[in-house]
Amino acid sequence: MSPAKKTSNTEDYLRMYRQMVRIRTFEDNANQLYLSAKMPGLTHMYSGEEAVAVGICEALEVTDKITSTHRGHGHCVAKGAAFKEMFCELLGKEEGYCRGKGGSMHIADQSNGNLGANAIVGGSMGIATGSAFTAKLLGRDDVTVCFFGDGATAQGLMYEVMNMAALWKLPVIYACENNGYSEYTATDEIAAGSIPARAEAFGIEAHSVNGQDVLAVNQLTQDLVARARKGEGPFFMELMTYRYHGHHVGDINREYYRRKDEERDWKDNKDPITLFGAYLTKEGIATKENLAEMQAAIEADAAAAVEYALAAKYPDTSEVDMHVFTDVKHALA
Amino acid sequence: MRNITLSQAVNEALAEEMRRDETVFIIGEDVAEAGTPFKVLSGLVEEFGTDRVVDTPIAEPGFMGLAVGAAMTGTRPVVDLMFGDFIYLIMDQLCNQAAKTHYMSGGKLNVPLVVRTNLGATRRSAAQHSQSLHALVAHIPGLKVALPSSAYEAKGLMKTAIRDDNPVVIFEDKLMYNDKAPVPEEEYLIPFGQANVLREGSDITLIGTSSMVQVCQQAAELLASEGVSAEVIDPRTIVPLDEETLLKSAKKTSRVIVVDEGHQSFGITGEIASRINEKAFYHLDAPVLRMGAMDVPVPFSPALEDITVPTPEGVAASARKLMSGEMIHAA
Ligand SMILES: Cc1ncc(C[n+]2csc(CCOP(=O)(O)OP(=O)(O)O)c2C)c(N)n1
Ligand SMILES: [Mg+2]
Repeated sequence: MSPAKKTSNTEDYLRMYRQMVRIRTFEDNANQLYLSAKMPGLTHMYSGEEAVAVGICEALEVTDKITSTHRGHGHCVAKGAAFKEMFCELLGKEEGYCRGKGGSMHIADQSNGNLGANAIVGGSMGIATGSAFTAKLLGRDDVTVCFFGDGATAQGLMYEVMNMAALWKLPVIYACENNGYSEYTATDEIAAGSIPARAEAFGIEAHSVNGQDVLAVNQLTQDLVARARKGEGPFFMELMTYRYHGHHVGDINREYYRRKDEERDWKDNKDPITLFGAYLTKEGIATKENLAEMQAAIEADAAAAVEYALAAKYPDTSEVDMHVFTDVKHALA
Repeated sequence: MRNITLSQAVNEALAEEMRRDETVFIIGEDVAEAGTPFKVLSGLVEEFGTDRVVDTPIAEPGFMGLAVGAAMTGTRPVVDLMFGDFIYLIMDQLCNQAAKTHYMSGGKLNVPLVVRTNLGATRRSAAQHSQSLHALVAHIPGLKVALPSSAYEAKGLMKTAIRDDNPVVIFEDKLMYNDKAPVPEEEYLIPFGQANVLREGSDITLIGTSSMVQVCQQAAELLASEGVSAEVIDPRTIVPLDEETLLKSAKKTSRVIVVDEGHQSFGITGEIASRINEKAFYHLDAPVLRMGAMDVPVPFSPALEDITVPTPEGVAASARKLMSGEMIHAA
């Protein structure tokens, strides 16, 4: 763990811990919903990567923006979303953040600056850069963080927009969540050279950071966000992390591309929640009992939200042709 | 005859063609060891190696463009595009490059490649993983477009596509990968531009593509129980389109419904309906009806998604109205 500034930061630290546990708990419930055939479709679990979303989003204001990915539940929680609307979205219910139209791959709490989760790999890189362009044009001081995976660095769009962001000094931070795999392939088999060097080629300052260390992620992000607000952006962060589950919940037999002992090593020795929990107790910021109580409360909260969402209404079928256009209530009426 | 799945049928077609012609290779994301997310290509890398079953980075425009160049210089690439929705990413390479090279070179260069991808909603995959975009490429001169409706069709059409000297896009229905059908052990090819009359009838013609062939078949069953005799036709390829078979049937039955899973507006159903109107107008007793997917992005919620695609009941209901002489407009 990175150096402590414990006296002033107790509350921040506990909030970060809580947010990480909330993400893990959300995902455990989502996985259960899938396994019990209560959730339509598939979903991509964020478990294992919590310190990335939380470390970054805790350095942002509500007015700052993010763009998210197919593995987006963690970003959504970290940017301030509530369980109830999230589970409703996951189950395709009317009260979901996207009124059931988006589902897991498009889940986002728009009111907290989440511009959407994207099911096209790399698809949000232009959007994030455009959001930063708005901030500059309109003289706002918000910063946009673009989350994407290591696999997404193969998309040409990234190079087009990084070039423009660098030329125009846009307040955007490209956050590459390097979990070592793109679907069923190890990333070093499909990515030549170094990932941060891709950004450096455009003169963008790039950092590689341990994505299991929430404080390290948070401190780096705080620094970069402050500088981006002053017009010193863009920046690039590579966050070294790991996904605990398969590519999606249905990816169970995966030994052909990923060894079990490798998974065990990350879970046993590099778990972001365990590591941060140990740090908090060692530094006297919280007791084990405090943390266990917090976890129990979060689990109860999630269970209630799941129950609520399961009983909630589906959207009325008349909603099917709503929201196609902004100025037409029913596109097919 | 043995029954195999659509997925096995595609796998066999590729394996047979790769054995026959060493210039055929497969390129795309997670095609090798993983055999694609739908496991359609399982086993091919073991037989043909990673030189001919090539895993790529997630760079669709890149590997599509590479395939165009490879095809122009003596190979026959089969480009694996994991979801039909990603066709937007490869549009320039497919439509500006592959489709036009033969023409722009005055017939001197060929681009013999296949893009194999998929279509179909109701998998609860939301708006970016559920589209049926075949009309988009059918609009571009120079591209052939095949829509297999069963395991048998998938194998025969794939083999023809690989041997074709033009760029061909094949859309498989991703909900049909595990559907079994009789497929001969012996080699066979299905020529492009020859529609298949699956069921003969005299009162109404149901033209269906891809998975909508099954929908039309089921609708025909419903109608048969009410004494309405429906003919069911699968065009198999929409480019080239077997107008002759479609027109012959239209003239015989005098009523036609065209069913396709692409969006209804500006799509396949409109194109086929209009050709029938132009060339069989005086034989018709009712307007040719289009039934496509609803003109909305595909919603995630099952409560909404299920009402966006044509169903056997819906097709039968429309057929009844046409039979009763009621002037109707599809949704
Ligand atoms: C343009 C595009 N190509 C392919 C896919 C299929 N796909 C979904 S996730 C994924 C892997 C993404 O890997 P990475 O960017 O590392 O993110 P991770 O899943 O590891 O979080 C792929 C290939 C897609 N959704 N979009
Ligand atoms: Mg990854």
